[in-house]
Amino acid sequence: MHAVAIRPSPSAPGAAGFRELVAFVEGASGQRLRECYQCSKCSAGCPLARAVDLSPQQIIRALQLGQPELALESRGLWMCVGCQTCVTRCPCEVDLPRVLDALRAYALASRRTVALREVAVFHRVFLETVRRLGRVYEVGLIGGYNLVSGHLFDSVDLAWPMLVRGKVKPLPRRVRARREVAAIFSRAEARRERDCEAARSPEVAR
Amino acid sequence: MTAYAYYPGCTLHGTAIEYGLSTQAVCRALGVELRELDDWNCCGASSAHAVNPWLAHGLVARNMRLAGATGLDALAIPCAACFARFKATQQALQDPETAAGIEEVAGGPVPRDLEVAPLLAVLTEPGLLGKLEAAVVRPLAGLEIAPYYGCLLTRPAEVAGFDDPEDPQSLDRLLRTLGADVVTWPGKTACCGSSLALSRTEVVLDLSHRLIAWAEEAGANAIATACPMCHSNLDMRQAQMRRAGLGSHAMPVYYFTELVGVALGIGHAELGLSRHVVDVRSLVERVPAGARS
Amino acid sequence: MARVGVFVCHCGSNIAGTVDCAAVASAARDMPGVVYASDYKYMCSEPGQKLIQDKVAAEDLDRVVVASCSPRMHEPTFRRAVAAAGVNPYRMEMANLREHCSWVHGDKPVATAKAVELVGMLVAKARRDEALRPGRAELTKRLLVIGGGIAGIQAALDVANAGYEVTLVERTPTIGGKMAMLDKTFPTLDCSACILTPLMVDVSRHPKIRLMTSAEVEEVHGFVGNFEVVLRQKARYVDHSTCNGCGTCWGKCPVKDVPSEFDQGVGTRTAIYLPFPQAIPNKPVIDAARCRTMAYREAQARQAGEQGLSPEEAAKLRPVGADGRKMPPCGICEKLCATGAIRFDDEDALVKERFGAIVVANGYDLFMLDGSHDEHLAPVDRKPYYGEYGYGRYPDVITALQLERLMNASGPTLGEVVRPSDGRHPRTVAFIACVGSRDVKVGRPYCSKICCMYTAKQAIMLKEHDPRVETFVFYMDLRAGGRSYDEFTRRAQEAFGAQYVRGRVSRVYRRGGRYVVQGYDALLGRPVEIEADLVVLANGTTSARGAVELAQKLGISYDGYGFVNEAHVKLRPVETNTAGIYLAGCAAGPKDIPDTVAQASAAAAKVAGLFARPFIETEPTISEVLEQRCVACHVCEEVCPYGAVTFVEVKGGRVAAQVNPAVCRGCGLCAAGCRGRAIVLHGFNDQQILAEVESLFARSAPLRPPPREPEPLVAGRETTHA
Repeated sequence: MHAVAIRPSPSAPGAAGFRELVAFVEGASGQRLRECYQCSKCSAGCPLARAVDLSPQQIIRALQLGQPELALESRGLWMCVGCQTCVTRCPCEVDLPRVLDALRAYALASRRTVALREVAVFHRVFLETVRRLGRVYEVGLIGGYNLVSGHLFDSVDLAWPMLVRGKVKPLPRRVRARREVAAIFSRAEARRERDCEAARSPEVAR
Repeated sequence: MTAYAYYPGCTLHGTAIEYGLSTQAVCRALGVELRELDDWNCCGASSAHAVNPWLAHGLVARNMRLAGATGLDALAIPCAACFARFKATQQALQDPETAAGIEEVAGGPVPRDLEVAPLLAVLTEPGLLGKLEAAVVRPLAGLEIAPYYGCLLTRPAEVAGFDDPEDPQSLDRLLRTLGADVVTWPGKTACCGSSLALSRTEVVLDLSHRLIAWAEEAGANAIATACPMCHSNLDMRQAQMRRAGLGSHAMPVYYFTELVGVALGIGHAELGLSRHVVDVRSLVERVPAGARS
Repeated sequence: MARVGVFVCHCGSNIAGTVDCAAVASAARDMPGVVYASDYKYMCSEPGQKLIQDKVAAEDLDRVVVASCSPRMHEPTFRRAVAAAGVNPYRMEMANLREHCSWVHGDKPVATAKAVELVGMLVAKARRDEALRPGRAELTKRLLVIGGGIAGIQAALDVANAGYEVTLVERTPTIGGKMAMLDKTFPTLDCSACILTPLMVDVSRHPKIRLMTSAEVEEVHGFVGNFEVVLRQKARYVDHSTCNGCGTCWGKCPVKDVPSEFDQGVGTRTAIYLPFPQAIPNKPVIDAARCRTMAYREAQARQAGEQGLSPEEAAKLRPVGADGRKMPPCGICEKLCATGAIRFDDEDALVKERFGAIVVANGYDLFMLDGSHDEHLAPVDRKPYYGEYGYGRYPDVITALQLERLMNASGPTLGEVVRPSDGRHPRTVAFIACVGSRDVKVGRPYCSKICCMYTAKQAIMLKEHDPRVETFVFYMDLRAGGRSYDEFTRRAQEAFGAQYVRGRVSRVYRRGGRYVVQGYDALLGRPVEIEADLVVLANGTTSARGAVELAQKLGISYDGYGFVNEAHVKLRPVETNTAGIYLAGCAAGPKDIPDTVAQASAAAAKVAGLFARPFIETEPTISEVLEQRCVACHVCEEVCPYGAVTFVEVKGGRVAAQVNPAVCRGCGLCAAGCRGRAIVLHGFNDQQILAEVESLFARSAPLRPPPREPEPLVAGRETTHA
């Protein structure tokens, strides 16, 4: 483990990337990272805290100390399921789920490596079915996930019981206004890219 | 006949088909009209907001526009996760700058005054609860139920605006109205592991198993839930939990609407009781028919 | 013809760094009425003041303008300096070249031009200064102390020992406050009652102290030296002058299940009761709401009235209770009382008294998890907090003060620390810090100051009671700033084995008969879960119930949490902005016993200083009503924040406004609001203000185009400002 070098001032070299990240995250989430005083009540209640490298409060700490990579490359970032336990109890009213949502959006928009590849794959495949059909297509989701993640036999034991009980439709149901839905996807993606670009502009002062 | 715009969500026609069936049956019996939104799209569930908040808001916004077009004031949503997404977007719309962005992504204006209610709130609304009480023909004697609200139905309080975030009581009240006993247990709003079901199955097994163990410890012989994600994690993976060495259980997991249906005397097939992985019929078959306690 | 001297101060580089002081002095020489002007490095220093005095003599000056800092800094200093040189102190004006000029601008030419304008204005004003003289008012040398906790007790004793009369008013039946409920006090682990009760007895025996318990302040009028106060002595239903405190009554009272306020609800008391064994006065009172006899009498009177009975018939009527059965007449205490001290027909009495000074020492109350402390909300809108900790649902989740009562040998369990649920001794106790403190979400972002210390104390005491007990303290930070305080918290951990876990607890839930505490250790970076038998919440301090109401009656200012504001946080901590009203203790914010006692004695010293004078001197820069112009429209009375305006009969049988010179603070609202220009604010009269404005317009530089870049704020600059 190396000692983190805390960037001394906003004008120091390397600080620009960090500033852009914080600007994007605070803008997209509407939260101010400085309002967190690191009490770790969030981490205490997080159901995933035992399974992660960085707990929710540690992810915020990494950002507060100017170490975005620690946060972006953590498993904790991708393990979050948005259960809302943290924000329900946070004494400083910091909306952590929204902060992590913004952090993940930034990670994807800036093409960072994802520590939990399967989680990103799941989201990608899930959303692909929605983009094409307008609704989730479970067979496509499971099949697609297995294929892309390389875990070919995951959940195979569930497939038969689900089929037999009529819980999965072999063929997808499609939304008539599929193109409208696909357009929402394109505009949303473009907006995310634009926000990332905007965060890089020199006007965003710290 | 009260009428609600109705957003079933993707799972109610798929993996949560029994929730969809029982919802329809029960609402019919109680005189609640559900008008399904025409050509609704997926709300984005856990995945959209996790990778692109604009996408999540845009997908929900299109549905809100559809709901607004029905002319009905309120939108009923059975799935707790879909409900949470709608409320999150409603909250985001309160900020004018964000609202402008959402409408741009959604490709048009979005109604701001839509009332969004989880199905549990619809069925526990005092007038309807009274009607339900009068209509019970098979009180659920012998059922010791652990009411499982899940993470998103009541939290955070400022967004969900429904019941209490730490010790909610509406499902408890509903179950008691049906004649069941409700156990006090610590898992009311604890997380089942949610969308990590495929990507991090071991986490879901651990968290969901813990819920089942807690329910058993509290003396429950059934769990009642309002969320298709929770239901699928709890119902479909008990064999996997056993294989993972976490413990052997055969805990029936009901959708609360199924229990309402049983108490109202609606047939099991109509409610979709045969669609569960862990058998749920035996427990309710023991409930005497036609007896009012 | 006025002869004005202008003295421009450099204030080191504070002013001179941005203002060309020599140029300002030079420009001042040309101003009408100015016969002398110079600049100097530090006008407030001894050589600076001597310069003023020398020039007053040499140039025969009768007005002085000091162009330097804010009057709030050195007005008294310069007034004294010119007075010593023979110039009326109210003919000294200060032009604020620091806070209003050099500290807010960065451009030297701009700042210098503005400085010249400011000096010009004050010269114009000084030329019209009147030679004012302070006024005099009477002084009643009697102190009212509101609140009978340790703060009130100490202040009362100090002032009484200085030879003055004191009335100590306490709204509960006994003095002693929260300190009487404590078992031991940090950091010495002194027995609280042992150090407090002797003081309580001193108060009750002191010839100069009049103790009024079960009494409240009803109304306050008047001003420093002359407060007219109406006190309400509430009905106690026991005549304390005949009662000998034998205890028969409360021993035989059949109502035994009233939750005891003193025991914070973990114990019960009777309807006629002594709050605790060492209560002062050591005489019981009756809780009318729970007394069977009072209920009987009240029901009898009501039902007799409904039935239209005569008084004789009414006396024989057996009233029927809410359950349909005849009510028991009780009256047991009255029958058994050997001295006949029971008085069921007692009533509240109003007592009017005059005081020269008031010390506000009404203490604190606690953050209640049921939300009942939210006095700013209607009761129906109050919501409970921290549902995740299960207080109220789980009987073994208690507050720190409740634990204190369990630990106390004269408490409801006689000092046995047992679980409320099953009476068994706990093996593992978890303490949760900052419940209702440092929490934006519950509207209490402040630190309650005492909880870290009392938690360490309780952890130590639990271990002393039972060495087998394991204690865990879940904390965010450790606030232990007093003398030997940090060592005390270390002792708790090192000598008494308290396990401190740095991280806030997310949830407490019951499992079997124990409680799972879900925490996190941020130092290790791992979730921490323990199973406890007892969970203690360190709930925060709030202002006392009714503090806002009392502050409003007194006309003193308070903050959003109901804590009284001191006149100056650092330099005037025991005074309020209202002359003659002082404060001590937690009424002004959370603090521990040492600080409380220090403040109480400090307030007493201020009172003694006030009472040592023969009369009250009042500032002359106040309003005066020109009676012949007043039409008694009452606008001035309405706008006056201090209640200084009354209406009196004047010559010709008319009524006109009159300003009380001792209460008026010279704010000028009445003068501004008066429709008939009948009020003059001495020292700031209309002619003076208009002269300043005229000077500004005459002198102001021609309009320049606005600068291209906004002028930078002078941030991060070294100042000598305290």
